Amino acid sequence: MPPASEYRLPFEAPIYEMEARLAEMETQYAKNRAGGDPTRLAEQIRHLRRELAALKREVFSQLDPWQIVQVSRHQNRPQTRDYLPLLFDEFIELHGDRALGDDKAIVSGLARLDDLKVMFIGHQKGKNLAERTACNFGSAHPEGYRKALVKMRLAAKFGLPIITFIDTPGAYPGVTAEERGQAAIIAENLMEMSQIRTPIVCVVIGEGGSGGALGIGIGDRLAMLEFTYYSVISPEGCASILWKGSEHAPKAAAALRMTSRDLLAFGIIDDVITEPLGGAHKDHRASAQGLRSYLIQAIRQLKTATLDELMNLRYAKYRKIGVFLEENPVSANGRP
Amino acid sequence: MASRESRSPRSWHGHFEPKRVPVGVWMQCEGCRATLFRKQVEENLSVCPECNHHFSLGALDRIAQLLDADTFEEWHADLQAKDPLGFQDRLPYPERVRQEQDRTGLAEAAVVGQGYIKGIRMVLGVTDSNFIMGSMGSVVGEKLTRAIERATEEKLPLVIVSGSGGGARMHEGIFSLMQMAKVSTALGRFHAAGGLYLSVLTHPTMGGVAASFASLGDFIIAEPRALIGFAGPRVIEQTVRVQLPSGFQTSEFLLEHGFIDRIVHRRDLRSTIAQLIDYTTG
Repeated sequence: MPPASEYRLPFEAPIYEMEARLAEMETQYAKNRAGGDPTRLAEQIRHLRRELAALKREVFSQLDPWQIVQVSRHQNRPQTRDYLPLLFDEFIELHGDRALGDDKAIVSGLARLDDLKVMFIGHQKGKNLAERTACNFGSAHPEGYRKALVKMRLAAKFGLPIITFIDTPGAYPGVTAEERGQAAIIAENLMEMSQIRTPIVCVVIGEGGSGGALGIGIGDRLAMLEFTYYSVISPEGCASILWKGSEHAPKAAAALRMTSRDLLAFGIIDDVITEPLGGAHKDHRASAQGLRSYLIQAIRQLKTATLDELMNLRYAKYRKIGVFLEENPVSANGRP
Repeated sequence: MASRESRSPRSWHGHFEPKRVPVGVWMQCEGCRATLFRKQVEENLSVCPECNHHFSLGALDRIAQLLDADTFEEWHADLQAKDPLGFQDRLPYPERVRQEQDRTGLAEAAVVGQGYIKGIRMVLGVTDSNFIMGSMGSVVGEKLTRAIERATEEKLPLVIVSGSGGGARMHEGIFSLMQMAKVSTALGRFHAAGGLYLSVLTHPTMGGVAASFASLGDFIIAEPRALIGFAGPRVIEQTVRVQLPSGFQTSEFLLEHGFIDRIVHRRDLRSTIAQLIDYTTG
């Protein structure tokens, strides 16, 4: 594995090539400032910068679903803990689920966002091998989902809005997770989040892996960063069940219609948050800036509703999801 | 996720995909391998008279076994799956649904309605593991949600019998995943209004079904030796590369770890449901 700073996806190669060329010209420009003819070089640099922006725009506007999955998993992609200092004016981490342990795959704590005080909860995948192992690559155990729930109840008690960041390949599939009731605890989170009386904003910042994503994903606003996915099953899992091999994952990624654009078109999510040119991994700060303005605006807006209105809207938001045929449609109250 | 591929035998609970009592005069029990007279098994509620192995039951047989005779009134039987993703594996999804309908005689993987157990009126939902592995797509989610809302409105007890090896149905993608949210949201309101929900887990109850309505009962009871869990045994074996212990993810395993209230033999299911409801109605 190359050092994180050198990690690049195949389709990013022309971008990195052009960036290297630009860097070289800039170095030369700096060296030559004293003598020579800097104006011509400066013009070339300006030109190349424009070309680079155009190239990034071109490459990233044409990503196929599988390439988007790769960007969402990019090693340099900002994770929850990268965003915390960029996003919040203050963060006070709160650990533990008050029962079984402190799952590192879930980060939670109190945060200040402009003039707003919020409860923050997010998946953490880890940046290096030691961290990834500690975080189980972002796959939370039951104690992680319980930790999230305990913090959300606390938030509701004191009227703090909740922000959740989703970035997981899925809830942990293992013996200990089953022993401690992975299914039961995710189910409880879904039900409780639907009833928690405080605004909830959920954002998919990387991978939206199935039930593990949904377990901290019920809210009043659901948004996705531009180059992320949210799916009922991982493309690899789908491919190995339907096409007998994870090498068919690109086909599954397309078939599952799991990109931010698909989900916006389906009306499942409310917003797509634009990423900086070339993807969030190219500029963590700019990506955080986009998230920050989205979150501030969303929470301010949600706070204008009464809690009863908010709960009714949240109910309606999930109630309407589903696509089916009905020969004899029923009245709105569902009477046969 | 769901698929109809048959899987190789895993552990002593037999197959991941449930087997019905096979056609023919004689049959072999997949629990104890005894040769059995088919009619005798059927008369025994599809339970092996030798080893008490509970064969998987279809939704209509389940309803007939549980409810007082001729009291079931089905709701929303005309709901049919659509194909929001344009999904195709070896078959286009609408074609797969049609085949399943022809094969099973069911319109979808869930049947909901109202009926009586020992004279007690209740709302009943059943998922059938034979229809695309009992997986939950938009129709299953919508039928259950409407049933829950009706139970909330009329203050009726709610019983849902789960038999879903497939969890959330892959063929409808994110719409299936979001049915977990929709049904759980409806159950949140139902519980807040003081309703009684009794969840019955049967072989198999996995994935998105286990991680939503099946786990949200006031009472959770299971038939013996049912496979119940979040991740499929195969996925776990591949992920953690360990041999799974015998009896892993069975009803007995869940009872031991504190996630279900009781294991109930099929012949006692009716009376247990009636008994539990009686305790909650003063």
